Amino acid sequence: MKHITAIVKPFKLDEVREAVAECNVDGLTVTEVKGYGRQKGHTELYRGAEYVIDFLPKVKLELIVADDNVDCVVDAIIKTADTGKIGDGKIWVTNVEELVRIRTNERGEDAL
Amino acid sequence: MSELSYAVDTFYFLMSGVLVMWMAAGFTMLEAGMVRSKNAGEIVMKNFALYAIACLMYLGVGYQLMYGGGYFLGAENTSLEDNYYSGRSDFFFQVVFVATAMSIVSGAVAERMKLWSFLAFGVVMTAIIYPIQGSWSWGGGWLSELGFSDFAGSGIVHMCGAAAALAAVLQLGPRKGKYTKDGKPVAIQGSNLVLVGLGTWILWMGWFGFNGGSQLQLSGFDNANAVAQIFVNTNAAAVGGLLATMIVAKLLTGKTDLTLALNGALAGLVAITADPLSTSALAATLIGAVGGVIVYFSILGLDKLKIDDPVGAISVHGVVGVWGVLAVAVMGNAEFIPQLIGLAAIFAWTFVTSSVAIYAIKKTIGIRVPVKEEHEGSDMEELGLTAYPEFKMSAKI
Repeated sequence: MKHITAIVKPFKLDEVREAVAECNVDGLTVTEVKGYGRQKGHTELYRGAEYVIDFLPKVKLELIVADDNVDCVVDAIIKTADTGKIGDGKIWVTNVEELVRIRTNERGEDAL
Repeated sequence: MSELSYAVDTFYFLMSGVLVMWMAAGFTMLEAGMVRSKNAGEIVMKNFALYAIACLMYLGVGYQLMYGGGYFLGAENTSLEDNYYSGRSDFFFQVVFVATAMSIVSGAVAERMKLWSFLAFGVVMTAIIYPIQGSWSWGGGWLSELGFSDFAGSGIVHMCGAAAALAAVLQLGPRKGKYTKDGKPVAIQGSNLVLVGLGTWILWMGWFGFNGGSQLQLSGFDNANAVAQIFVNTNAAAVGGLLATMIVAKLLTGKTDLTLALNGALAGLVAITADPLSTSALAATLIGAVGGVIVYFSILGLDKLKIDDPVGAISVHGVVGVWGVLAVAVMGNAEFIPQLIGLAAIFAWTFVTSSVAIYAIKKTIGIRVPVKEEHEGSDMEELGLTAYPEFKMSAKI
């Protein structure tokens, strides 16, 4: 099992969710986050005075999927979250040692 | 004089006064939205208190100094003869103008002046400073004899309020954190720009009373037409101001700065206040538009000079007030020299007396809130509450 984490632009969330669902993924956790990348935020003007937006709003998605489903999910996210512009975000995949469904105490892939 | 026209003009005067009184709500909403949420409650309290002080002081002293209306009001008219409207309605209309002048100061000193020190200054401003200079023109004094023309008070009300505001701001200094170490202005964003919008609409609406009521009478063919022209021109100038500031901001920065655009609408209103009657609606639009352009560069310019004015009051009412008084001469409805003398006299009197009064308050009870209070907000320190208790204070990310 793999844990997929993706940071994407908030307005892309609905498209990503629909695309990921096509891979038969049953669960998805979303967190509103803020952060910066290589551009280090950007500046705006308020009444003529500059202010720096250090952290830009993003959405963090987390899913746990079976090993053979990783490519489908990652491709789905790339396809839908890509705008071709800076700040499209990142995806990373890590190993999951154990997974438990709390209600039934099912373990491993049965708990997916 | 017929009883009917007396009743109509009295009623018109009173209702115009109500519209100007309602501008207090506009100032309150605008200022509450332009400050940070930690100071929003205090500024509401301050606006109510300054209104009350202005009304009390003008009743007791100011009306007598400005118009000879008697300390605590003289007698009411006893006959129709030579009287167009009730004497009490005249007082009511004039007293709400004083509150307007004082409201202008309130916005400029926001977020760092002690509440009771501000109110102490309000006593001097509304009892003496404003009424004395008002007596020079509207009270039939030397400025009116000179030919100084300022119909509803671009100079007498707005620039006067701004001159006092400038005197206070210079002695107060900028808000903590307003400038970086190398002197660059830092944006301190308002807590509620929706309220700023509501406040601006209220002021815009109240201005019909401010300018329209200054015709003093409604009854008769000429007066009725004049009032209608004033309403049309007042509205046109606000439109011109708003659009001009929006366009300048969009062209120069790529973004249409909301609060600057709303300042632009108010600048248009201030600009037309010195003569909302004798120009065409198109000329009024242009006068307002020039005001809108001026206010944009004035706000940014004062900010660079480290004159910290959270709501832009000195620019909107002062710098554009000067333009409004001069615009009367530009349009050929007054001479330049009396207009310039009037502006110089009002500014010098108001700025000097205000500076002295504020200096005296500074040396006795102090004018600036302590650093801790400024950090934590005047709401908690002055009022013992927060304006928005259900909202958690967000960390700065």
